This record gives sequence, structure tokens and C-alpha cells, in this order.
Amino acid sequence: MAAEILKRTPLYEEHLRLGAKLVPFAGWEMPVSYPAGILAEHQAVRRAAGLFDIGHMGLIKVEGDGALALVQKAATNDAARLSMNQCQYSLLCNERGGVIDDLLVYRLPMFYLIVANAVNAERVAARLKAFGDNSSVGFYDAYCALSLQGPQACQLAEKVLSAALAGLKKNHAIWWRDIIISRTGYTGEDGCELIVAKTEAAKLWQAFMKEGVQPCGLGARDTLRLEAGLPLYGHEYDESTTPLEAGYGWAVKFDKSEFAGRAALLAEKSQGRKKQLVGIELDGRAIPRQGARVFTVDGRPLGAVTSGTFSPTLRRPVALAYLTAPAAQVAVEIRGAKYSGKVVDKAFRQGVK
Amino acid sequence: MIFPENLKYSKEHEWVKADGTVAAIGITDYAQDSLGDVVYVEVPPLGKELAAMQEFGVVESVKSVSSLFCPVAGKVVDRNAALEKQPELVNDSPYDSGWIIKVEMANPADLNSLLSAADYQKLLK
Repeated sequence: MAAEILKRTPLYEEHLRLGAKLVPFAGWEMPVSYPAGILAEHQAVRRAAGLFDIGHMGLIKVEGDGALALVQKAATNDAARLSMNQCQYSLLCNERGGVIDDLLVYRLPMFYLIVANAVNAERVAARLKAFGDNSSVGFYDAYCALSLQGPQACQLAEKVLSAALAGLKKNHAIWWRDIIISRTGYTGEDGCELIVAKTEAAKLWQAFMKEGVQPCGLGARDTLRLEAGLPLYGHEYDESTTPLEAGYGWAVKFDKSEFAGRAALLAEKSQGRKKQLVGIELDGRAIPRQGARVFTVDGRPLGAVTSGTFSPTLRRPVALAYLTAPAAQVAVEIRGAKYSGKVVDKAFRQGVK
Repeated sequence: MIFPENLKYSKEHEWVKADGTVAAIGITDYAQDSLGDVVYVEVPPLGKELAAMQEFGVVESVKSVSSLFCPVAGKVVDRNAALEKQPELVNDSPYDSGWIIKVEMANPADLNSLLSAADYQKLLK
């Protein structure tokens, strides 16, 4: 059997030096954790700051006269509302309204920059090209992204980069010495993401390490996003799930021009959703994993878990699940036994901005 | 990583420490390191009869869940109650305060089929 050849980010050597545990992820060899461990990395982001290599994520450039029209036709949010250097959460849907991927769309002076999940990068680029006319779609190959997250993240970025970020609003970006710094993230904390030339990425990473920033892997990225109730492709999203079911109707703008999936999503909006994403806090310590079945308290099937973990902040198991009917109390099946849980706000962690 | 000489090891990464006919069972330093932060250990009720290499519980880390296998046949006579509140003992002290269950061995000769510390370490290479 041929071994899969895994891609490496420009920070691969840094991860090795730091003693990271590397795992295959979406065709990349990525750090899942460092010697501190997932819980410590998680807490570093909640209390101070942590740095993530997100160089596996797809950076796609859409440029030319038809760039805005292309983005508008392909994605659900209204890119015409973006001011210069602003970004928005958006979704790429199929004609049935199913999610092909969730995206961050930046309006930059020379082009629109689309950040896609690593596993979907090629599909997203192909999909965008299918909507193209007088515009071109290509990978923003020479650049990669790092994510610095936590209450002290922006302060640290200011110090390391000698940049002024205090006035940088959420979902806005600035260009600073060939680095795009945006106030964005995927952890439920304040923070910024840095899009930097691949040739400069290691130097920038090392500068943050010198400041004592905790390096964080995919494990902590997952527990942090889960505690914040943020969806992940392959768990909460796939092509049989719509943005409305996931609770992201706000990122679908029916009042703009035609876009892929519009008719199906409009019909769903008027007829009602088949399922809805909820948060569940469980009693006991057993952790519900993806696929665990959810029942009403009297035993009727209600849905399934899409992601579950031990919440380091709440010190208990939490899960995201799609339910076909509203419920306040549920039972989740783990290894044949049923554990009671209550349905809660998806943003499990209080005070998530 | 540490693999004490006085213990016996299974290919499934459990260790066994025999004291007369009672065997304490836990997971190895290698296993706890591979799992990462342990957040839950599920163990069988007292009195449960286990066959050699029967699955008897699970260890959950933040990231994954792993089955536990009982390297020797016997009856569960003790469970480490401290793990209910502090499952991280499995990481911090895998061979000592992180022990998981004790069984009254049905057949102490089961120990002979287990690996020595040296053989177990060869398996890891």
C-alpha cells in the first residue's frame, strides 16, 4: 500500500524542534499537540495567548473585473457590503443548499482573498472557477497563515511586529510590512490571524516563541472552537447540511443577487428546518463522540452528535448535535449506556464574544 | 519514558504488577503519552469476572477513546476511586497512583505469557 505523501507547512521544522506530536490531517502533517498537552494549550489561549500554525488552510485569490460578481454568485453572504480590508464569514453551498465549505472572505485592495478549510481547498477553488468569467481564481501560494489567539494576543502582536492594533476592529484587517493582520479567529477569544510570506513564517513564529507564547496544536484548536460552539466542516457541516440548520442563517443574504443554493435555502426558510444544531452538556464523565445517538428522555430517536469533547473550561463533557425536534433534556448513548444531558446555548463557554 | 523491570506488560500497552494472587493493572508510560491528557477512565463493577485479554473499560483523553484489556483472567476486587476525581493521575503517575483496577487472578500462570520490560520496549521500536 502506497503511503500518503503528506504536505508540510513552512513551520514543520519549528514543530519538530518544539517536540510536537504530528498527525496526518486533511493531507497535511500537522501538530496535534506540543509537550504541554491539549489542556494546557487550551488554558493558555483562554487566559493569555497561544499560537497556531494554520498554514494548511487554503488561501484562494479571486481577482479581476468580475471578482465581486463571482464571489456573490458562489457564496451566501453579501460581499458587496464589505468595506476595504474587511472580512466576513460566508458559505459555499450546492444547489440543494448543502454546505460545500465555510469560508472567510476578505476584500483586499487588489483582490478578494478566500480562506477555505484544508480538506476542501481544491474543491473550493474548482467551484469558484466554475462561476468565473472575467476574473481569475488561483491559490495565494506564496503565503500562509498563523493564528494568535487569547486575551493577550493583540498586545503581543503589537509588541512583536511593532504594529498598532488597538483600533483594529473585529473582522477587519490591516497590511503591515507585507503581513495581513486581521482581527479574526476560531477560538471564541480575541485574537488575530497573520497572513505572511512563507519565507518569513518561521522567523515570525520564532519571535512569538521568544515572548513565551504557548504553541498550540489541532487538539486545542478543536476544544476551543467546540467550547465556543463554532462549526467544523466534516462534523457540523457537510453537503447534506444547510447553513440554516447549523444556525448560520445570518450569513445567508437572500436580498442580494442570485447565488448557489438560494432557491433551496429560501424554501427551507419558509418551510422550516429538518434539524437544528444545539449544544448539549452531559452528566457524568463519558465523552460523546461524533455519531453518538441522541434520544428524548423517554427513548425516542432525536438525532446524533457531530462533535464532542471534555470541556476544559466547564470541566464536563459537551457536544454539538443535530436534533430533529426541540428538546430541553436529552439522553446520549455512549458505548451502549445512556447519559442524561441538557440542551444549552452552543456557545458553551460564558462570555464568548 | 520509564518501563519498570518488576512489571509485566501486554501488547495492548497495559502493565501488570502481581502481589501474591492479586494483580494491579494500569496503562504504560507510552500509552499515557500517546493518549495525551486523560479526562475519564471507565471501569467495570467489583466482582466482574474477566477473561485474559477481555476488554474491561476505556480511557478517554481529550482527543480519543481507547479500550482497556485485562492481561490476566480474574475477578475485579478493587478499582482506583481516586481516578473519578483525578483521571490525570494516569498521566502523572501511570505505574503508581494511576493504577486502574486490581483482579484476583484465576490463573497466575497467565503472567508467563506477558512481556518483560525489555521485550515490551522492543515492541515499541
